[in-house]
Amino acid sequence: MFEGTVPLAHYLTLSAVLFVIGIVGVLVRRNVIVVFMSIEIMLNAVNISLIAFDHYLNLSNGQIFSFMVMCVAAAEVSVGLAIIIALHRNKPTVNLDEFNLLKW
Amino acid sequence: MELLIFYPIAGLCVALALGVILNTSPVGSAMCLIGMMLGLAGIFVLQQAHFIAVLQVIIYAGAIMVLFMFVIMLLNLKQAASADWVSRDKNLYITILTSALAIGILYKIVDVTFMADLDSPAELPDTFGTVATVGESLFTDFVLPFEVASLLLLAAMIGAVVLAKPKLD
Repeated sequence: MFEGTVPLAHYLTLSAVLFVIGIVGVLVRRNVIVVFMSIEIMLNAVNISLIAFDHYLNLSNGQIFSFMVMCVAAAEVSVGLAIIIALHRNKPTVNLDEFNLLKW
Repeated sequence: MELLIFYPIAGLCVALALGVILNTSPVGSAMCLIGMMLGLAGIFVLQQAHFIAVLQVIIYAGAIMVLFMFVIMLLNLKQAASADWVSRDKNLYITILTSALAIGILYKIVDVTFMADLDSPAELPDTFGTVATVGESLFTDFVLPFEVASLLLLAAMIGAVVLAKPKLD
């Protein structure tokens, strides 16, 4: 039962499950930091499927793409956390629902 | 044999990802996220993408999570957990509609994935996923995206400094 290599579908399923967990985290939680972490989960889930296809098709393009995803994640986290600190300075809370000034 | 390694790591990753969104304290969420990223590094090693696995540990589990912990400690988050899960006003019809749409799309994706005959991967050379192979691809076919990424990181760095400064002079 446990012989052979891991089929591509397994990796894709793991990726989909992690992505859905990330979406649920973004939709359900109201803590800014936890919402940010859920976005990180989603980015990581995408990396799994990129590298799974790479591994399956013997390419290196997907690894470059996941490299770029990591770059974007690093940029996003640094700017996003700076925004959170700036928000926290104006209003000492991390509850997303209380930041509704730009909402119509 | 690979499946025997894959299933525990995958289960651990899913459990830790659930831990991230179910934990009431942000520090606990961050710890779960670090564990999940280390588990994913194991998945990448299983996929023979060793370079990406190393990057995953250094960049994600190292740099990004340190930044997260730093901000959590800086903000000193000690708010009541109950307010975090408060249910908001919902439009029932839109909720049902979007849920049905999302479930339909996911079902179709999983269906197509399992329909395809994707069980026999290509024969991989020994050099697959090494720093040399990925680096060669990065500096020949993907030079422009690489340079653009460096610009992006520079812009993000400057943006973070400007945003986090108390007052602009």
